[in-house]
Amino acid sequence: MKPAVFAYHAPASVEEALDLLRELGDDAKVLAGGQSLVPMLSMRLSVFPHLIDVGNLGELDGIRIDEERVTVGAITCDSLVERDAGVADAAPLLSRVTPYIGHLAIRNRGTLGGSIAHADPAGEYPAAALALDAEMVVRSAGSQRRVGASEFFTGLWSTALNPEELLVEVDFPRWKGRSGFAVAEHARRHGDFAIAGAVVGVTLDADDRIVRAGIGLFGMASTPLRASTAEADVIGRTYTDCDSEQIGHLSVEGLDDVVADTSGSAQYRRQVGAAMVARAWSEAVNEASNA
Amino acid sequence: MPETSGVTAVTIECSVNGTSYRATVEARLTLADFLRERCGLTGTHLGCEHGVCGACTVLVGGRAVRSCLMFAVQAQGREVTTVEGLAGPGGALSAVQEAFRSEHGLQCGFCTPGFVVAATAFLADNPDPSEAEIREAMSGNLCRCTGYQGILRAVAVAAHATASAGREELK
Ligand SMILES: Cc1cc2nc3c(=O)[nH]c(=O)nc-3n(C[C@H](O)[C@H](O)[C@H](O)COP(=O)(O)OP(=O)(O)OC[C@H]3O[C@@H](n4cnc5c(N)ncnc54)[C@H](O)[C@@H]3O)c2cc1C
Ligand code: FES
Ligand code: FES
Repeated sequence: MKPAVFAYHAPASVEEALDLLRELGDDAKVLAGGQSLVPMLSMRLSVFPHLIDVGNLGELDGIRIDEERVTVGAITCDSLVERDAGVADAAPLLSRVTPYIGHLAIRNRGTLGGSIAHADPAGEYPAAALALDAEMVVRSAGSQRRVGASEFFTGLWSTALNPEELLVEVDFPRWKGRSGFAVAEHARRHGDFAIAGAVVGVTLDADDRIVRAGIGLFGMASTPLRASTAEADVIGRTYTDCDSEQIGHLSVEGLDDVVADTSGSAQYRRQVGAAMVARAWSEAVNEASNA
Repeated sequence: MPETSGVTAVTIECSVNGTSYRATVEARLTLADFLRERCGLTGTHLGCEHGVCGACTVLVGGRAVRSCLMFAVQAQGREVTTVEGLAGPGGALSAVQEAFRSEHGLQCGFCTPGFVVAATAFLADNPDPSEAEIREAMSGNLCRCTGYQGILRAVAVAAHATASAGREELK
């Protein structure tokens, strides 16, 4: 259980980190909080000749909030997101999912950007990024681009990031109006990766009609997913007209690569997933209707 | 900062339990192995070495972290506290240590350093926790002996002891 030898780089700026990434390409891996990477290195599931430690780059650390968005620097640690009163107000779903990530000692080191870049299909932040329509700000030497969450998670632990690219921040749009948010997940023990879970964001108009819905599923497939069919089905209807259990079933209907493992069969996961959507939906709608 | 030009061994300086250390370490050396093998502080235990059991929990800058999931180079310039650094002058047990003893919060003792350190950080943040909060805070540490009841009681007793000591001081 010891990592293989690697060369350690601690660049002093983002520019320097980007130069290193361009130079080393596939031979290098970014080290952020290390809460996913170090176990993989220790178990020798992966070996990289070079690690580029971005953990001290102040430029990537911290949270900015304006009228339109909450921007989280890539190396902002989970426990900071969890405690930030501004986040609780402007992007409540982020505050609500964070306590489900591992345990406090994990959240004290793990970073939001690391979670998104790692793209675990059972991760809370990737699903929340999808449901909220977040945008990833990605840089490489000499260029910058923005990638919408719906294009970012491309496969099991894989993303739209190229080897020479660094995720620098994640932009979460602020949902206006009568909005509500909730997370529900099922795990054997608190802090374990979810067997299945769901996040929901919903906005109602003055007549209680659903004008915006984001339903994110995690732990269900090889990537986090958006339940687009269920979302399309509820838009324009009044919330009292929507049955949460039906929305749950609709959300998992048609999923063809539901995970089966020692925690449960695909059929079991589907049922748990549907129940989690129903639970999160009821809570989110309840909050929105009282807003 | 450490030498940054892609080196496999790095010279670091950090403080452990108030003592300054300067050492040249392999970049791949975990903080846990640094503490145990280079500082001789074997109170920090290694159960799983991949972040699951919590036995290796230490404080870095006052916050609980898994020392098996951090490289020693990442502790450059930081203050580390291990279970050896929690007792008072002359080895007087801290409130948490005392409560683990009185409430039978340990049997074989393998998991104990991690629990004691995690509980210390938790109570510093939340001095008056509910039972549910204690359970949640301790859920990141595994114990194969006690069945946890004594541990949960110990944390509650330590919280209470610290709170009443605080009240005494105010009088
Ligand atoms: C016991 C345990 C339980 C856990 N439980 C959960 C859980 O319930 N839910 C959950 O979501 N997670 C869980 N995690 C994982 C945790 O959230 C990790 O912190 C997170 O997945 C990765 O963040 P990190 O900062 O530690 O990244 P690292 O481990 O440093 O990096 C992870 C990957 O992302 C890449 N990367 C990191 N930052 C960047 C960047 N800025 N740009 C480009 N690439 C980057 C790295 O190269 C690496 O491939 C758990 C971990 C442990 C050890
Ligand atoms: S040894 Fe570090 S968590 Fe188990
Ligand atoms: S006392 Fe033996 S593992 Fe906890």
